[in-house]
Amino acid sequence: MAKKVALLQGNEACAYGALYAGCSFFGGYPITPSTEVAEVMSVELPKVGGTFIQMEDEIGAMASILGAALTGAKAFTATSGPGMSLKQELIGYACIAEIPCVIVNVMRGGPSTGMPTGPSQSDVMQARWGTHGDHPAIAIAPSSCQEIFSETVRAFNLAETYRMPVQILLDEINGHMRERIELPEPGDLEVVNRQQPTVAPEDYKPYDHAQGDIPPLASFGSEYRYHVTGLNKAADGFPTSKPELVDAEERRQLRKIEANRSLIEKNEEYRLEDAEVILVAYGTISRSARSAVDHLRKDGIKAGLFRPITLWPFPEKRMTDLAEQARAIVVPEMNLGQLILEIERVTRRVCPVAGIGRVDGEPITPAQIVAKVKEIL
Amino acid sequence: MAFDYEQYLRPGKLPHIWCPGCGHGIVMKGLLRAIDRCGLQKNNTAIVSGTGCASRLPGYVDFNTLHTAHGRAVAFATGIKMARPEMDVLVVGGDGDGIAIGGNHFIHACRRNIDMTYVLMNNYIYGMTGGQFSPCTPTGDRTSTTPYGNPDPIFDVAKLAIGAGATFVARTTAFHATQIDKLITAGLRHKGMAVIEVLDDCPTTFGRRNKFRSVVEMMKRLKDIAVPVQTAGQMSPEQLQGKILTGILHQEHKPEYCDQYQQVIARAQTAAKS
Amino acid sequence: MSKRYELRFSGAGGQGLVTAGIIMAEAAAIIEGRYAAQSQSYGPEARGGASKSEVIISDEPIDYPKATAVDACLALTQQAADKYAGGIKPGGVLLIDSDFVKREPEGDFRVVKFPIIRTARDEVGREIVANVVALGAMVALTGIISREAGEQAVVARVPEAFIELNKKAYNTGFEKVKALLA
Repeated sequence: MAKKVALLQGNEACAYGALYAGCSFFGGYPITPSTEVAEVMSVELPKVGGTFIQMEDEIGAMASILGAALTGAKAFTATSGPGMSLKQELIGYACIAEIPCVIVNVMRGGPSTGMPTGPSQSDVMQARWGTHGDHPAIAIAPSSCQEIFSETVRAFNLAETYRMPVQILLDEINGHMRERIELPEPGDLEVVNRQQPTVAPEDYKPYDHAQGDIPPLASFGSEYRYHVTGLNKAADGFPTSKPELVDAEERRQLRKIEANRSLIEKNEEYRLEDAEVILVAYGTISRSARSAVDHLRKDGIKAGLFRPITLWPFPEKRMTDLAEQARAIVVPEMNLGQLILEIERVTRRVCPVAGIGRVDGEPITPAQIVAKVKEIL
Repeated sequence: MAFDYEQYLRPGKLPHIWCPGCGHGIVMKGLLRAIDRCGLQKNNTAIVSGTGCASRLPGYVDFNTLHTAHGRAVAFATGIKMARPEMDVLVVGGDGDGIAIGGNHFIHACRRNIDMTYVLMNNYIYGMTGGQFSPCTPTGDRTSTTPYGNPDPIFDVAKLAIGAGATFVARTTAFHATQIDKLITAGLRHKGMAVIEVLDDCPTTFGRRNKFRSVVEMMKRLKDIAVPVQTAGQMSPEQLQGKILTGILHQEHKPEYCDQYQQVIARAQTAAKS
Repeated sequence: MSKRYELRFSGAGGQGLVTAGIIMAEAAAIIEGRYAAQSQSYGPEARGGASKSEVIISDEPIDYPKATAVDACLALTQQAADKYAGGIKPGGVLLIDSDFVKREPEGDFRVVKFPIIRTARDEVGREIVANVVALGAMVALTGIISREAGEQAVVARVPEAFIELNKKAYNTGFEKVKALLA
């Protein structure tokens, strides 16, 4: 049977992806250019018996999804720009308390109010280091509306698997752009549900490392009762300041990512087999870069595209290997140089790495990339 | 027979962090008596707090407990209640936590009239950080950040809650130990947002800077300023000067938020069918 | 047909240009089963201010989703005509509302004009459907989607009570341009 097709905005595709993944709770606050996500959730969640709540502010929205997630709900929020700055406080809480949730950040120009209706990719480093303290991070930057749908499903899977907040980074262009998408039927995409504890309630510890690096999270309202705090805690969930316990817990939280990189990292490669110039681009701008690759090839320049889909963790190993074959790496991004820092770090500059930055509210065009590549060769 | 507090306390989690003479322990005992009286089930009850001295309470008691970031307790609790309306949800915390940094969440939870019970321990001070003034510190008083006397006017927590739409608002003090559990019981039995303000004492960071020579003196003050709301009517404005009203200050019945959202679900599902 | 075709609908906020672009994209992507990407840019105003909506239609997957060299442009205001005519590629087409665009842009493109908003008001009966009149006109002008696909997409998008009105608007716009081109 033919798949159901629809012309959807990226923001809408993100919301429908969340519903496909089994999201049952959305707590939000209106902010451009992310608002369509909340609007779709307000229409669709009550139809399936789920809950939509518009909270009094961005922090309240983030708090509400963490409360809901502790009852077992797959919980979701959407924001942009200044809203993402406000979310940082409780993203840190979600990291330390290890509460699964998904946050979509439809990036807009900044800092501060910046350009509410202008596209940007300037929250890349915020996605990694936005909240204070050492913490793990997963951030996904899909490109097309179809991929926004499927990567949103994956974002929920990763959040539930690794017990942590997962960020989806869109931008004003692919958030608002409409494209044809094939809506997956139930079963087409994998949906991961939260692991439940199997021990007796009196033996349950919410951070029991004896259960592995990712201990099961029980739901409030079940027969398991436990304590959750934002303080550094021991395996039983109660605060501790014992150096050896604090250290072990902090390291375990980072190990959730480090030990599972191969399961989390994702990238796409285009015409890289013999590429001498490697473009590294993500999200909307990867589409400009892909087009630029074709133009450059027509002009006899062996160009290829490396497109990280997970920005964090960055697909480090593959990037490092590719750098060995390259004469140059070019990184176009709608900011003044963010992901390029990671690329310079992981490739140890075995070849020149050049950036194309743009922050005027307009996308980087294929022509701009082609010109830059020709300039540096 | 004496009340068995142990049944609700987590083994091995005491002693608590509260200073000798602090009223928070009196409030915690009142809270446990009220929970017992209302027959709340441990597995079905969530107690949520923000950050501060009073916010350490959930760690000591054997329920689903959530000690969140400073000021955010009510917003977390809203998520729990909306996701699982069948759970009994309580919020506990102090004045700085609930009324300053958490003020926006507080007034909006009142406005929604969501069914939860908020016990706010008002000791006029940020105790955990060493005694800075809060929105409830009386004008003129000394704190570590008002060394020349507090220039700020105060929030009246009860009036704020009533104005914002809470449908049950009560007040008592840490001195009136038996009234604490009576009012919390009434709040738990009330359907909607119930706010119980308990005026409390902080001998360590408030008392010693404001010429209270002992805990007894602070407690005596709480006793002296309290006027039951029933008797206040017979008193003159002069007699009421410097007093605070105690008891149930406000109760009304209005649609509760989770119920309202159930109607949204029903309307959405009807619309989807047609 | 070239594999990538770019359309731009421009004018003022509130004129329904985003909707016109969406219908065009739905006709291409859903009804004709091709690739389409629709995007827009707008200011903070819900009404007034400059507004544009772009549609890329292709028989292959679309990389860059914004217009680079516009094949066909619609301009309902003088401001839009002045701003966007320069983006039309050599040999392209520009459709303007002759009541509102008095200074006709010049360039290596064909200009087609008729009073679009007046047509909606006087011949169709409601000014609010001017965007659908313009859509019908753009379909006739470009031939990038079939007349039937465009009409089907219009019908799929509007509420039942307004189907006839919008069909009339679409076909009136289509016929106007067909006559002008004849």
